[in-house]
Amino acid sequence: MLDVGCGDGALMAALRDAAQVDARGIELDGSDVAAAVARGLSVIQGDAETDLIDYPDASFDYAILSQTLQTTRRPDLIIEQLLRIGKRGFVSFPNFAHWRVRVDLLWNGRMPVTRLLPIAWYQTPNIHHLTVDDFRRFVKAHGITIEQAWFLTGDQQTSAAAANLFAEHAVFLLRR
Amino acid sequence: MIDDNRFGSDRCVTLPGPMQLESGAWLAQTTVAYETYGVLNDTKSNAVLICHATTGDQYVASAHPLTGKPGWWHRMVGPGKPIDTTRYCVICTNILGSCMGSTGPASLNPATNAPYAMTFPVITIGDMVHAQALLLDHLGIERLYCVVGGSMGGMQALEWAARYPTRVESAIVIAATARHSAQNLAFHEVGRQAIMADPKWREGDYYRFDDPPTAGLAVARMAAHITYLSEAGMDAKFGRRLQNRETKSFSFDADFQIESYLRHQGAVFTDRFDANCYLYITRAMNYFDLPDAHDGQLALAFKGSKARFCLVSFDTDWLFPTAESKKIVHALNAAGAPVSFVELKSPHGHDAFLLDVPELNRVVDGFLSAGRS
Repeated sequence: MLDVGCGDGALMAALRDAAQVDARGIELDGSDVAAAVARGLSVIQGDAETDLIDYPDASFDYAILSQTLQTTRRPDLIIEQLLRIGKRGFVSFPNFAHWRVRVDLLWNGRMPVTRLLPIAWYQTPNIHHLTVDDFRRFVKAHGITIEQAWFLTGDQQTSAAAANLFAEHAVFLLRR
Repeated sequence: MIDDNRFGSDRCVTLPGPMQLESGAWLAQTTVAYETYGVLNDTKSNAVLICHATTGDQYVASAHPLTGKPGWWHRMVGPGKPIDTTRYCVICTNILGSCMGSTGPASLNPATNAPYAMTFPVITIGDMVHAQALLLDHLGIERLYCVVGGSMGGMQALEWAARYPTRVESAIVIAATARHSAQNLAFHEVGRQAIMADPKWREGDYYRFDDPPTAGLAVARMAAHITYLSEAGMDAKFGRRLQNRETKSFSFDADFQIESYLRHQGAVFTDRFDANCYLYITRAMNYFDLPDAHDGQLALAFKGSKARFCLVSFDTDWLFPTAESKKIVHALNAAGAPVSFVELKSPHGHDAFLLDVPELNRVVDGFLSAGRS
């Protein structure tokens, strides 16, 4: 598997140790990469926006984009590359339509600073907020198949029907 | 193993039989000088080969016999260090063509009983690695746990993975390139011309006069040394500060600190290195071209390799910049090899890998340890 935006490799290390997964990573931040390599992980310092093009087609069983989609300049192109490189893709992101976020914005009239989205508007890396329904519409429009989806609030799962309003995070398993 | 005199410090072996070089020429007799640290385990699975850079030597973690300085990578290699000599059997050879005990232009030609000088055949990085492989045969080591090198040492490590894919389990390639750029070629040519312009070079036949071309060699070293530093680093360390004076002297003395520093670097270099060796080794670097040796596709060089790779570059290295390491990373990705890559921050330019960079130590330690689990 390829973990796109893998940080210091925490997820990769967990998968390797628990399930003997052959995990590779790509990460922008140099010190995170050094920390990941120091854990013995195969991580390349690179920019997902420009470097995914260098990976051959279908070279991974799974490509993972965890909590990163909303930080990218061209989320559509990243998803395209993700599903080219990986036979399947996992994408997870915070749901901007969660009721707390809606209430905060409606009530305060300012960009929400919540437990889910704790950073101020001028410092947050989240430049492309999206909602569960936005994503569903996107994948349908791009001919992408949703194999499975999980909707989470903390460690509780929410139903698909209630997800757009009640899920803090969404995780989708996709393929072309 | 303690009694095994193939291992230990200040070792030397003359390889059995003549050795054919990439040029087609033959070396009748090849001696390899080397050091080993640590103990080879019973399964012979803990051997780490360190490849030194252009003007380096085998004294990676012990005092240099001429200068008395600590081993050139004592920060990285030793008991408890990232390349831990209590865990690994660390081997470092003096490369073919050099002057610290291995066969090179300064060595005696057994056919004539005089130094080879410029009759020494032009050697390549491939030849250097071939000689190292023959040494490993002599030591009874089939497979390397890791091959590690920085700069020209990194070129050797890449050549190892390409030439002996089944003998390398992992490789750490630091501040390296798969081929010299035009700028790299240019700088080396300047260095060689400086040596050859020195009248004391005498077409390389200077050994019998005991008056080597130190002026030319010193200038070559000064030019090269600039390429090992970063502009920002030089500004911070030297700036335009004057050496031992308050005002300019209006002469051609070493007014500026940087001038004094470079002259010193040139002078101490000539005490420990041979001019002809400098010609041959820089030539070998110039000729190294991994993509060219594989139909123009670097990825093909690593097709047979099952090794894990770790590439490291430094942000202020303008001699072998990050872009060159990235080319290697892309090629390894295309070949499906597990590869890690990181660009570390350092003010020290190309020379950074020899200096105190804690993050480099962590990366090397982590990468080496990962292979054990």
